[in-house]
Amino acid sequence: MTKGKVSGIIANMVTLTVDGPVSQNEICYILLGGQRLMAEVIKVVGAKVYVQVFESTRGLKVGAEAEFTGHMLEVQLAPGMLSKNYDGLQNDLDKMEGVFLKRGQYTEPLDADREWHFEPLVKAGDKVKASDWLGKVEENFQPLKIMVPFQQQGTCTVKSIAAEGDYTIRDVIAVLIDEQGNEVKVDMVQHWPVKIAMTNYKEKVRPFKLLETGVRTIDTINPIVEGGTGFIPGPFGTGKTVLQHAISKQAAADIVIMAACGERANEVVEIFTEYPELADPHTGRKLMERTIIIANTSNMPVAAREASVYTAMTMAEYYRAMGLRVLLMADSTSRWAQALREMSNRMEELPGPDAFPMDISAIISNFYGRAGYVTLGNGEKGSITFIGTVSPAGGNLKEPVTENTKKVARCFYALEQERADKKRYPAVNPIDSYSKYLEYPEFQEYIAQHINADWLDKVNEVKTRMLRGKEIAEQINILGDDGVPVEYHVTFWKSELLDYVVLQQDAFDEVDALCPMERQEEILNMVMDICRAEFSFENFLEVMDFFKKVINICKQVNYCVYKSEDYYKYRHELDAFVATRKQTSGNDK
Amino acid sequence: MATTAFQKIYTKISQITKATCSLKATGVGYDELATIDGKLAQVVKIDGDNVTLQVFEGTGGIPTNAEVVFLGKAPTLKVSDQLAGRFFDAYGNPIDGGPQIEGREVEIGGPSVNPVRRKQPSELIATGIAGIDLNNTLVSGQKIPFFADPDQPFNQVMANVALRAKTDKIILGGMGMTNDDYLYFKNVFSNAGALDRIISFVNTTENPPVERLLVPDMALTAAEYFAVEKNEMVLVLLTDMTSYADALAIVSNRMDQIPSKDSMPGSLYSDLAKIYEKAVQFPTGGSITIIAVTTLSGGDITHAVPDNTGYITEGQLFLRRDSDIGKVIVDPFRSLSRLKQLVAGKKTRKDHSQVMNAAVRLYADAANAKTKMENGFDLTDYDERTLNFARDYSDKLLAIDVNLNTTEMLDTTWGLFSKYFKPEEVNIKKEFVETYWKD
Repeated sequence: MTKGKVSGIIANMVTLTVDGPVSQNEICYILLGGQRLMAEVIKVVGAKVYVQVFESTRGLKVGAEAEFTGHMLEVQLAPGMLSKNYDGLQNDLDKMEGVFLKRGQYTEPLDADREWHFEPLVKAGDKVKASDWLGKVEENFQPLKIMVPFQQQGTCTVKSIAAEGDYTIRDVIAVLIDEQGNEVKVDMVQHWPVKIAMTNYKEKVRPFKLLETGVRTIDTINPIVEGGTGFIPGPFGTGKTVLQHAISKQAAADIVIMAACGERANEVVEIFTEYPELADPHTGRKLMERTIIIANTSNMPVAAREASVYTAMTMAEYYRAMGLRVLLMADSTSRWAQALREMSNRMEELPGPDAFPMDISAIISNFYGRAGYVTLGNGEKGSITFIGTVSPAGGNLKEPVTENTKKVARCFYALEQERADKKRYPAVNPIDSYSKYLEYPEFQEYIAQHINADWLDKVNEVKTRMLRGKEIAEQINILGDDGVPVEYHVTFWKSELLDYVVLQQDAFDEVDALCPMERQEEILNMVMDICRAEFSFENFLEVMDFFKKVINICKQVNYCVYKSEDYYKYRHELDAFVATRKQTSGNDK
Repeated sequence: MATTAFQKIYTKISQITKATCSLKATGVGYDELATIDGKLAQVVKIDGDNVTLQVFEGTGGIPTNAEVVFLGKAPTLKVSDQLAGRFFDAYGNPIDGGPQIEGREVEIGGPSVNPVRRKQPSELIATGIAGIDLNNTLVSGQKIPFFADPDQPFNQVMANVALRAKTDKIILGGMGMTNDDYLYFKNVFSNAGALDRIISFVNTTENPPVERLLVPDMALTAAEYFAVEKNEMVLVLLTDMTSYADALAIVSNRMDQIPSKDSMPGSLYSDLAKIYEKAVQFPTGGSITIIAVTTLSGGDITHAVPDNTGYITEGQLFLRRDSDIGKVIVDPFRSLSRLKQLVAGKKTRKDHSQVMNAAVRLYADAANAKTKMENGFDLTDYDERTLNFARDYSDKLLAIDVNLNTTEMLDTTWGLFSKYFKPEEVNIKKEFVETYWKD
């Protein structure tokens, strides 16, 4: 293997003089005292190699030795990863000793001793290709597949396959014969370089299946789909994290991977603390059982922050190849971009906009491109839904990370300071936000079959009403309450009703936090019936009083357990109250 | 720091800028300290045998033949119980005339806490100020700054908070503090008889700016000693972090780095995060809570320093002068404590969250009514009531001179609701209205 010697140090960028071949992105270890500091090659100039060190370089001296490994940054993929807490380089954080992280401490991501109950899915003589399923094991009730090594070339023949029984991840469970006649021994562990996208599927199809999140402003107004992409930009304090946690808790996915990338450690602690207690609303089992956390918080080394999102994506691809529905959340992609900027800056590259590297746009779009809904070699389907948050500097959406993300992500959930100031949570702006999936014919067909045929018309009507409401609010601000006709007030208050009852949702209320699709449908119908009805009022004060009362009753409905006694009580109260003002003529046509 | 035997002395400096010196030297470690004619410096760049040092007090007066001695260690602080009640400069040397500290020498800016070893913060820190306790409750292990213009009384509020909070140690890190403010803190703390709980690391405006870079790490190293080894609840006050960021900008500029937004270094986020993330609840009971000050220029929170800070900290407290009541208040719109839901309604009364949200919503309605009024439109009866409510709410709750416990705060708010509104205008869960509404 190639060896090197340290010749220069600026913060975590180290230059090495090497004695042999190295490749771009190759991993090396720099020896410092008894410690081995992991680093990645980011630039090569002759015999001078620039590496970014994933640790603090304090005390490092010129002349220190470095050993190259011959491979890029890889993760190990096998059963046993669910409910684990990893850092950005896939070290198992729970296996580390002490309260403080120690430099140069790397831990095994997998458990070598744990046995898995294996059931074969192929038999001797079968022909298999890379990523084909050889057998299955169950982890936390998830059917995991043991696959032909992803890197395997050509078609192989199964020479032998282990019988049903208990095996560890390092036990050989199959022997294959490749096209050259060589024997390939297969265990349960796969290796994959994180920065390379897995393409072990037959085709990537246009996503169409609604991914239920239980958040009304997403599911009803701007839905995301299985295998879709979305992003949530917003200034600080607008509820990005709360919204992200709500999605990760409630989404109808098999596996949820959370990449805490350069964010607050206490937010990760919240997940560690709460998820083992909370139940998955779809299966009733503990949320933690389906969750993997990649924690590279803001005080952990910057270079590992960049790696963390790739590590998370690679794990997601591994589960997708088993035909599972994976939800990947990254909070926040801006911190990742900033990590790239810090390195680019130290390498003295010519900067692009806001000092970000010039290729930031390509990096972001390649990353979002790894998500998607795929058909596997055996016809099964798998998906990675990716939702990233963006933390725009100064809350200004005209900055490189937001703009470049907007080009590739299909759903846009714009968090707005003004809504947050008014405590209208989730502070997703209903007018600026969008979901491109609403325009997909495949999706429209799916909704028509699974919800109802006029659902999308209603959703569009909500959007139109919100826009109209905003326009009228502006007019009232200019002309005064008396300066506009009473009907304008009615239209405005109908949009307020939609806002308060459909869009706003209390993420901290036990009942309201999670709103299943069936209930969303009922809420929307309830509110749209009122919106489509005609009312008679003498003046705008009556309008305001009436709708405030209506909103209040609807909110009580939202707080009640679905179809409980109280729920019906408030529903009836609502109907009775609405009837007091409703014009029967004109509506019953 | 005297030289000891067998240390190599270099006397040939090849380059001097305003903040850095370069020279040829070997066997030097990154981040290592050195003295240049007695002035403290730190290694910031090594290229072969070319070593660049950042000189904390500036390079004025350094000759090219100055004596350079490498100390073989990163900056350190001696920690022991003797720290309590003492005042230090940015290097950890006593400035109160007392003796040097004896204790274990630890490198400052040490490693991060493993996130899985952290505990979720859950202890309420009561300050008596309703703008904080009611609307933006603080929790031990939290990090939160005051965002304030330089003319606002943030140091007074912070001193109040520090003294009322039930903590074992208060550690003050003063960066670019005026000497007057330093003396203010010293007086307030000694008048309150709290001096034995206080430790201060101070860089005043009279000291060189680059020295400030050491202050937060010094303060937090002392904090870690008390929180980890003594399981104490430690409150760290950092004022003012904008001065700290300015010092970062100076150094990065001298090192020819490409500036990003607002002339700040591209690594500003990571640099600030490294400090703020030291706030932690340890599993053994000790905790570090950080309350900082970030001064703004004309209330602009989009500037790189407050902006990056906002993304790192768990909320922010925004001070504003309310012209209606002539007092400084904690602005309920721009202020936020992200950890409040860990204690609100759990360590406080159950109606806390709903009361808080309803009051802020009504306060927002009042702001709309005010705009209407200023534009010359007629006000409705509801508008009038919200305006009256807002005035009382500001005066009795938001003002920084309030000192109540949280139950009193909630009762006061219910009193205001009942005085000005009907229950359906307040939009609170019925069970709470039934219990607390005052007819």
